[in-house]
Amino acid sequence: MTAKFSLSKIGNVRSLTLIAALACICIVFHFATDEVFLSARNFSNLMRQASVVGIVACGMVMIIVSREIDLSAGSAVALAGGLAAIANVQFQMHPAMAIGVALAAGLLIGAINGLLVAYTRIPAFIVTLGGLLVYRGLIKGFTQGETIGPVSEGFQMFGTGFVPSYIVYVVLAISIGYFLYHAFNNFKNKNMINAIKYIVFSLLAIAFIMMFLNYKGLPVPVLIVLIVALVVSFVMENVPFGRYIFAIGGNREAAFYSGINIRKQIFRVYILMGLLIAIAGIVYTAQLGSATSAAARNLELDVIAACVIGGCSLLGGRGNIFDALCGALIMASLDNGMSLLNVQDYIQDVIKGVILVLAVGIDMLNKKN
Amino acid sequence: MYLQIKNINKFYGNTHALSNVSFDVRKGTIHAICGENGAGKSTLIKILCGLIPHGQYEGSFTIDGVEKKFFTINDSRKSRIAVIAQELALVPEMTVAENIFLGNEPRKNFIVDKDKMYDLASQAMLQLQCDIGTHTQVKELGIGKQQMIEIAKAISKNAEILILDEPTAALTEQESTTLLNLLLQLKDKGVTCILISHKLKEILKVSDDITVLRDGSTVCTMKISETTEIDLVAKMVGRTMVDFFSKEKIDIGKEVLQIKNLSSTLRNKKVMHSNVNVNVHAGEIVGIAGLMGSGRTELLQILFGAHEFIVDGSIVLNGDKILPQNPQQAIEKGIALITEDRKQYGLFLENDIVFNSTIAFLKSFTANNLMQKKEMESYANENIQQLRIKTNDAATKTGSLSGGNQQKVVFSKWMKKLPHLLLADEPTRGIDVGGKAEIYKEIYRLARQGTAVLVVSSDLLELIGICDRMYVMANGEIKVCLNRNEFDEKIILKHALNIS
Repeated sequence: MTAKFSLSKIGNVRSLTLIAALACICIVFHFATDEVFLSARNFSNLMRQASVVGIVACGMVMIIVSREIDLSAGSAVALAGGLAAIANVQFQMHPAMAIGVALAAGLLIGAINGLLVAYTRIPAFIVTLGGLLVYRGLIKGFTQGETIGPVSEGFQMFGTGFVPSYIVYVVLAISIGYFLYHAFNNFKNKNMINAIKYIVFSLLAIAFIMMFLNYKGLPVPVLIVLIVALVVSFVMENVPFGRYIFAIGGNREAAFYSGINIRKQIFRVYILMGLLIAIAGIVYTAQLGSATSAAARNLELDVIAACVIGGCSLLGGRGNIFDALCGALIMASLDNGMSLLNVQDYIQDVIKGVILVLAVGIDMLNKKN
Repeated sequence: MYLQIKNINKFYGNTHALSNVSFDVRKGTIHAICGENGAGKSTLIKILCGLIPHGQYEGSFTIDGVEKKFFTINDSRKSRIAVIAQELALVPEMTVAENIFLGNEPRKNFIVDKDKMYDLASQAMLQLQCDIGTHTQVKELGIGKQQMIEIAKAISKNAEILILDEPTAALTEQESTTLLNLLLQLKDKGVTCILISHKLKEILKVSDDITVLRDGSTVCTMKISETTEIDLVAKMVGRTMVDFFSKEKIDIGKEVLQIKNLSSTLRNKKVMHSNVNVNVHAGEIVGIAGLMGSGRTELLQILFGAHEFIVDGSIVLNGDKILPQNPQQAIEKGIALITEDRKQYGLFLENDIVFNSTIAFLKSFTANNLMQKKEMESYANENIQQLRIKTNDAATKTGSLSGGNQQKVVFSKWMKKLPHLLLADEPTRGIDVGGKAEIYKEIYRLARQGTAVLVVSSDLLELIGICDRMYVMANGEIKVCLNRNEFDEKIILKHALNIS
């Protein structure tokens, strides 16, 4: 009857459905792998594996919401991460300096993509398809086909380190406080589905932290994903820029006639993407301990898949950070679970492809009814 | 009786969209259906053309005494029903002939027989007495001509019942006349037309019978000779409308906008405007009449900075010479634009009222660059009350509102800062009678507060009803400026058609 009810219902049911789907996948794998899948050690590994995709997905959500695309993300992560490794290994730079190199590379890539997409009329698909080749070519050139490593211990910390337990408790307290605050507000506004959603979130937060503490603690890259996701979703919800990208993706003409500077906003989106690509590149290189020219191949496809499973519309105007992270976790769980089961590589690809199409298909059917 | 509609009921959730709708259509007549937006006209059409499949509604309808059950739009086509929707279904990149025969191409050995196709298309155009080359790409034609092609397409499929949904909404008087004459011709050939229109004058002119719908029920079906415009309006709204425009007396203040010797050309040197002189005072409502393509919409776009013309001449707003390069600059100067097509240029249909009403002045709802959501919500709620937007709450998707209420949301977008100059392009297109009156009230309210208003409209009666002064434009030139006491439909039309 009321549009508000049905609207918010769709959004929240999506979040809950995604969590339910993820839970199902986890349970099936857990028993199929003789309870290895959800063991503390594997859980920690899984989350760490998903972190690079998660970080880039936060930027990709913004790009897709504004009805653009970035196909160069994988190559760009390889380039930013690779340059950091070269700085750290070949030029003996301090990790902080190496990170600075990665950030500069990421921002430069973002600026190039952004300038071309926003200020020329070349479609984003073409600009970033070109970028995919150019950035990959560059990192091949810089590495001369060799593996650059190992990076210094301080650097590796960003991929393989663990957060001291007192910080873990602080993170836990903040997130539970945040979720319960929202749950309470929604409860007050009689928005029960939303309230349930946030209660589920806070329970999940506790469960996740318990799992992490059962192994070595909260991995640094997971903390980075959390911070990135919180900041990006806060920006999208609370800063005019966030509204503008929804407006541009939702109806570009109307955005123009509302006085929104479309080019500037699109440029900003790509700059932010560049920043996140740098962060993802650092984490990626740190996780492997070295850089190669083949790093992060096809990463952009995993990221786009995660966003789409998380309900982003490629037609623009619709997307949510946390749902996209759920999508990333679903994809990572499939990877990890099937590898544990020794499923052959080609079958893994087939299954992931089928699930991606299926997820969007179900979404479309639901919308129709 | 040819087409009989018997006790059709349709529910959307709890909403009773159609309740016991029954009426008969005689063969070879033009049968008009009128009613306010939300009266159930669109729902009825969807049932008749199979968009709402059999089984999702109650009741039945028969053609020549045979009950019809349509499950898809193809079923209705097989029964020779064709619908010309408000949104035209033509492929802009294809030629006229290709569009007419789209999905129905004449073939020779599996290959499209182009010669035959263009021959047949030329014949069809000749039959309809339209002067459109069959090799022309549809994107090069105006809406009026595109509509003709839609009709040609329907006729080429041997349609016997033609349903037209607001065919003249986007047309000028002249184009409308051509279209309506075409319907009369088709009638002589035995085609039955069901015509849905807000333009009562047209209905009275061409149709034989008329059915009035109100709130999903049939009010009455009658012969056209039995009714008048005032009677119809009364039946549609259920009350007698005394003065529909209820023009308010507003004191006119200082000059706000002065356009002097403005001329504009496209990059390809094609002249759009030449020597345009227009001025508007505070509190004054000034109309620009003219045919589509006369340059009226383009003039508003130049004022709002949303154009690609090379402009010469001067625009002075409150004493400052301006030439906005983009909408931001125009908005900063205190100019607001109600766009021609609210769905395409005005609204974010997927987003709620709060989103839509705050997007143009989002920066003024921020503190430290953070959006103040409570403030935004209360602004939206104020506007819902002030503009009487019919909605459950401010979190309702604008796409789910009726046309009139959507247009009010577009107005609310510009209410944060009282505009010096309001540009309104077809402010009431596709809006029902009651909704129009409310939009006019809104325009008066702004004028009373000192806003200068410049209105473009294809609805001449509307301009005559609400304006203090009117410019008539033709071929990018101002032909005449009339004061309210000089308004006369014939004179205006004569100038708009450039007949001296």
